[in-house]
Amino acid sequence: MIQVRNLCVDLGDFALHDVNLDVKPGEYFIILGPTGAGKTVLLESIAGLHQLKSGQIWLGGKEVTRLESEKRGISIVYQDQALFPHLSVRDNITFGLKLRKKTGQEIEATLNWLAELLSIPHLLNRRPDTLSGGERQKVALARALSIKPQLLLLDEPLSALDPENREGVQRELRRLHNQVKVTTVHVTHDFEEAIALGDRIAVLGDGCIKQIGTSEQIFRQPNSEFVARFAMVRNIFTGEVTGGNGENAVFCTEDTKLAVVTDLRGKCHASLRPEDILISHAPFHSSARNSFCGTITSVTDKGSILYLTVTLPPDFICLVTRNSFEAMGLGEGNKVYITFKASAVHIF
Amino acid sequence: MVKRLFTTNKMTFIFILLGLVIFLFIIVPLIRMVAASDPNILVDTLFDTEVRNAIWLSLYAALIATGVGFILGVPLAYLLARHEFPGKKIIEGLIDVPIVIPHTAAGIALLFVFGRNFFAGRVFNVMGIDFVDSTAGIVVAMLFVSIPFLIDSAKEGFKKVDVRLEKVARTLGASPWQTFFRVSLPLAWRSIVSGSIMMWARGMSEFGAIIILAYHPMIAPTLIFERFESYGLAYSQPVAVLLILLCLFVFIVLRTLVHRGEKA
Repeated sequence: MIQVRNLCVDLGDFALHDVNLDVKPGEYFIILGPTGAGKTVLLESIAGLHQLKSGQIWLGGKEVTRLESEKRGISIVYQDQALFPHLSVRDNITFGLKLRKKTGQEIEATLNWLAELLSIPHLLNRRPDTLSGGERQKVALARALSIKPQLLLLDEPLSALDPENREGVQRELRRLHNQVKVTTVHVTHDFEEAIALGDRIAVLGDGCIKQIGTSEQIFRQPNSEFVARFAMVRNIFTGEVTGGNGENAVFCTEDTKLAVVTDLRGKCHASLRPEDILISHAPFHSSARNSFCGTITSVTDKGSILYLTVTLPPDFICLVTRNSFEAMGLGEGNKVYITFKASAVHIF
Repeated sequence: MVKRLFTTNKMTFIFILLGLVIFLFIIVPLIRMVAASDPNILVDTLFDTEVRNAIWLSLYAALIATGVGFILGVPLAYLLARHEFPGKKIIEGLIDVPIVIPHTAAGIALLFVFGRNFFAGRVFNVMGIDFVDSTAGIVVAMLFVSIPFLIDSAKEGFKKVDVRLEKVARTLGASPWQTFFRVSLPLAWRSIVSGSIMMWARGMSEFGAIIILAYHPMIAPTLIFERFESYGLAYSQPVAVLLILLCLFVFIVLRTLVHRGEKA
């Protein structure tokens, strides 16, 4: 769908070096990277908003490297939505349609379709500054989809939202993508967001692509220290949540059942910080509701701290200090118990 | 609120005193002059054709200057707000030069370009426009001394428009022109209008540069000066009062309009 070949951009403050991307039609593609990695510049370059130093961009089999952005059919949604403050929600959404000289009927039809799709018919006459963050995000999405773009670019669409809104909008994005099937490139610095939404992930750092792959590949086989810093610091599991309401939920992954606290049900991901896992030689009786026996299969020495992989299955990455590690006499092949609270597991 | 202002601390109290001094300094001479005027003489002055023509010319020449300034100044303001280029600081500094140089000197400088013996003067002369002792000369002088107000204000207005709004407009299919007229200009409109009002007011109050270039036809400030020189205070005062009242009236009306737009 979109191919980026050897893209170089130099903006003085930010630069991209030799970026190559291949996004397939209908794919939800994530670009993951820390703040300042050049994610926004990359999106804006794809949209034709920056002069390229070198490289090519192909869209649907046609080269668009030198095509003006208004002729590309690529929409962008920014972190703070960038709604036109002087226009109503309706006029924001129909902005691109009016420029395309559509008839009143066509405009009305598209507007209604989008309002339905995003459940915002009641907001159409409001001004952007009277909307909540989640509502603004929906309007921005409606505006971006109004021109039936070949490619939808999302620039940190969730980071400006508060946590409650965030999960809602995240699910909304998933649903929207399944329904509209528009090829999407979404940039974020949030690893969990990337896993929850992305078909594939590209890790961007210092203006270069470090690794491209499925979320599994990125966090199981990071190819560099940089990627590992994003991925290795936490345990990520894919599985299914079942059980009663709220606190009695059970997350099932590779035949291991974790007690978790969540309202989500069905296919989900779980994350657990290595430092939240307690290691002991004997079963540890406490208020923590998760306790399992496993084998230490690898030890990574980081100086004053060590990462242990404890295999049940699945593999749990646990963090211990050098002092504890030596005092307990731990080593590869040892049987140990791991214990953590249900509330330490984040379901998303 | 008022109570809190007075009880806050010593610094606030002293600042209020100092502020009061400068405020009175501005307002007392104006009030004294207006209060000292005889209403009958004011009415007579109002029917003095010479006075009416002068005031009308002031209003109208300043309006033309503002119109020309708008068409030529707003694009420059946009460029300065949106682009970085070497020498930008120098250009920005030079644009403000008319504010800091003595206006009689500005008038002399203008003569060197628009005078009958100089290049631009000759070119326009062929087209039938003469800048010496003419309305065109008044407009040029007003434009020169007042354009910085419009450019600076419009520039600040454009700077406040988020670049990403323009970028979004482009991706939605707007050409650079459409983006400018549908997004940038409407959003910077208030700053541009208040800059235009400032420019117009400044043009109307100009004297120094105008008398060098065009003593005749007489604008209101020139007429006030002429009457003061030839007949003394008593004859210049009613004209001055009229001009001040008129300026205040127009200024307040325009400010209110802009302000109301701000709330809507």
